[in-house]
Parts: sequence; C-alpha cells; structure tokens
Amino acid sequence: MDDFYRDYILDHYRNPRNFGNIENPDAQAEDLNPLCGDQIRIQLKVDDGVISDLKFSGKGCAISQASTSMLTEAVKGMKLEDAAKLSKDVVLENVGIGISPTRLKCAMLGLRVLKSAAIGEIAGWPDEE
Amino acid sequence: MIATTDKKVERIIADFPILARPTSRGKRLVYLDSAATSQKPRSVIQALVDYYEQYNANIHRGVYEIAARATDAFEGARMKVARFINADPAEVIWVRNTTEAINLVAYSWGSTNIKHGDAILLSELEHHSDLVPWQMLAQRTGAELRFIPIDANGRFVLDDLDALLEGCKLVAFAHVSNALGTIAPVAEIVERAHRAGAVALIDGAQGAPHLGVDVRAIDADFYTFSGHKMLGPTGIGVLYGKRALLEAMPPFDTGGDMIRKVDYAKTTFNDLPWKFEAGTSNIADAIAFGAAIDYLQDVGMDWIRNHEIQLTRYALGRLAEFEPRGLHIYGPRNPEEVSGVISFNFADIHAHDLASVLDGEGVCIRGGHHCAMPLMEKMGWPATARASFYLYNTEADVDALVAGLDKAAQVFKL
Repeated sequence: MDDFYRDYILDHYRNPRNFGNIENPDAQAEDLNPLCGDQIRIQLKVDDGVISDLKFSGKGCAISQASTSMLTEAVKGMKLEDAAKLSKDVVLENVGIGISPTRLKCAMLGLRVLKSAAIGEIAGWPDEE
Repeated sequence: MIATTDKKVERIIADFPILARPTSRGKRLVYLDSAATSQKPRSVIQALVDYYEQYNANIHRGVYEIAARATDAFEGARMKVARFINADPAEVIWVRNTTEAINLVAYSWGSTNIKHGDAILLSELEHHSDLVPWQMLAQRTGAELRFIPIDANGRFVLDDLDALLEGCKLVAFAHVSNALGTIAPVAEIVERAHRAGAVALIDGAQGAPHLGVDVRAIDADFYTFSGHKMLGPTGIGVLYGKRALLEAMPPFDTGGDMIRKVDYAKTTFNDLPWKFEAGTSNIADAIAFGAAIDYLQDVGMDWIRNHEIQLTRYALGRLAEFEPRGLHIYGPRNPEEVSGVISFNFADIHAHDLASVLDGEGVCIRGGHHCAMPLMEKMGWPATARASFYLYNTEADVDALVAGLDKAAQVFKL
C-alpha cells in the first residue's frame, strides 16, 4: 500500500486539477462514501454532447481526491455518453496498481459521481459492475 | 511500569491467540482498535466451542440433561452480568448489541412515554446509535431533540443543563465517547435529570468495558452495552433497566419464549427479563459473554483502568513529539479524563491514508468519522485517526504506532 502513494498521487492530492465550481452547470452529481465520509461533487458543462468543462469539489483521503482529480483530466473533451459507460479500468489505469481492496471504494467514488452526473441518476459502484 | 505489571500484561497477551499471529506481511499484529471491537481471550472462544460441542440445546423448555445445562449456563451468564453491573438478573435483558438496546427503549419506553412537545436531551458527542433512534422517535411523536454542548476540547458544557432539562422526559448520553474517549460527568447529569423529572439512559458501549459500572451507584434508569467490546463475542449485548420501568413497558419483539399464556385472541406476557426476549436467544454468545466477564473480573477492572491511564499517558507523550510536524490531538489531554482513546490527525495526511500506511506496518487503527458525523461536522474535522487501548496493549504497541507515524511522514514527504 505504501507504494501506492507515489509522487504524482500526492501531487494530485495536494494540487487537485479542475477543483472548484461551475456556475450553471449542465449536469452535476455528488455522493459520499458512507464508510469513511469522503465527499465528491462533480459539475459538468456539456456542449454538443461533449464534456467541454468540468470541476470537482470535496474532501477526503488522498486516494479519493487524487483519483477524481486524474479522472477529470481524462474525461475533459469526452462525449457524455462515453463517460456514462466508463468502467473501473479508467481509474485503475490512472491510480495504477497496489490499491488494497479495502480502499477500492475510495478510488471509485469520483467515477461513480461522474457517471451519476452523466446519466442523471445515481450510478452503481464501478467496481461492482 | 513496574516489573510485576509487565509480567501480568505478558500473561494477558498470551491468553489472546490472535495477538500471536503475524500479519500477512510478517509484522507483529499491533491492535489499537478495541473501541471498535475487542479481541477475545481463549476462555471466551472455548466457551463457544464447549457449548456447541458438549451441550448445544435450546433453553427454558427441554427437560433433558443438555437442555438443563444450556439453560443453567445461559441464566448463569445473566447472573454474572448482573453482578458485574450491580443489578438484579431480572433487570438484565439480552439483546444483540448496544444499538438494539437503545432501539428497544426508544420503541417500547418511547412509544408510551414520549408525546408531542416533550423534549429528549442528548449530547453532541453521541455515536449514531444513540442519536438516530431518538431522531426517529422524535419524528414519530413530534418530540423535540436537544443537545448538551461539547467544548473544543471534547468536554461536556453543563452551564445550561437545567434549562435544557425543562420539559425533558429523557436524557441519553454516552458514558465514554467512542470518538474522543471523553468520560461523561455521569453522576451530575443523572442527578440533575432526575431532579427535572427525566429518565436517564446511559450508553455504556465504551464505558462498561473500560471503567466497569455500578448502575445503582450512578442511579441509571437504563444502561446499555455490547459484549464484543469487552472480550465477548459479537451479537450479544445487554439492556439494563430499572425493574419498575421495564415492568411498565410493553414488549418490543413478540413471539415465543416471551409469553406466559397464549390463546387465539390474546396473550399474557412472561415475567422480566424474558418478556423482552422473544424467540430463541443467542445462547452460545451469552454464555461466552459470561466467560468474558469472568476474565475481566479475574484481571480486575481497577487494574484495567490504571493500565489504560498509564498507557494513554505514555502515548500522549510520544504523540506530542510529532506536534511540531503537524500532529494534532483532539479531546481532553488529561489521561484521567479519557478512557483509552486518542483521536488525532497528522499534518495533511487523511486519517484513512494514515490507517492504510499503518496497516502496512501491522498497526490497526481506525480512521474516519467514528459514527459521530454531527460531531465531526461541528468540530470541522473531515475525519480523525483513532488509536484505542485495552488490557492487552503495551508501551511496545505505542512505540509501533509512533514508528508507523514516522513511516507515514516519509511516505507523504512531510
């Protein structure tokens, strides 16, 4: 697990990308991980079915915050319908190996919120699909 | 610590099989999460095995030998609990856990005693299990919830207690806070509650295991606790209630074993305590809980309390070494004011990340909101790390925690 906290993870944790709010977002969702209280909100701007901008806000552990930060970079410019279909792999590719099963929910929280925003209802847990 | 104490701790540790098992990474298991659940001594595990291997039978009905033995052991465990808390066995109701005990009171006592406009007084420190059942009761009845404030150091503020008690029917609060370890001023709150005509429920989930309790001395109307936090198995807990209160309360669950006479139209209920124990009870776990009580009394509750104070003092001293590097300790800093719990955060390392790094070192701590989300919100903490001690912990465990903090500082490049 110690290997997990690599420099770029700590960098995303301490300097999250796309962090903040969007006024009049076209879509948004928020959720919390009931196990630990980590919270994430994601707001989207959508133009012609494409995510033209997005911002996230929240608080929580390095894993939830860094994986959401990296996710926002990965999906900017992506078609909304493609974002709705993202699998857990997109997160696992970002955060790499070494995450323990007990912390997988932390890593997946941002993706769950993104997918919820994309489909307009609460999405399932990506790691359980 | 003096040498004889060390020998006693060594003997205690040897009684807990799990503490001899290394983690999958080959580290010594350093268990600092007894506030979540305690480890179990061999005698408790053996009590479960003995019941299932030697006299597994249902209680109260069978006339054959093993049924009688099971009934004796089950009711014998109730006697042990009753003696441990200085109650009458008829006042000791078996339940699944503290949460179920509080729900039983909220439904059974609450449904007949709380009306629209009544007040229910809690503290801001409460675990969700001593908050949500009262929220539900307030919603059902139109009662008002009030809270005894907690100051920035996690201490009760009783300045306005009498005003808060006006029109109040029930006061419910934790004997010991699971989040901060704060020991509540039980006697004072109960006395003032009674003077105001309110009934007092004390959530003893963290109190009974570490401080013990004399329910008559503190004049508790209800006292609730769980076996698994005091060396017993999961799935068994206790509701203590004063006899007059319990006798006036309607049953919670209904069905078998809690009846005296049933015809197709109506039922006469059984005497206390069985009136509240519908269906086949958790026989094995109740018996093993009795073995846990035996173990605690052999060690001595005074010894346990003193051991935890010394350990907390040592840990607070070691943790203070990290304060210049951003470690922050929450709750009272006087070991006499807390019960084996230290809540803290370390610089910008989230409590979960800290718990993960420590896990790699074999050190088990809890990171999170400790089922006290309103408290965390009020204090402005997203989460805290919590180390909690019990009779089997040692200064070496604290040293392992401290080494883990050094490791976390490296991993997070503090």
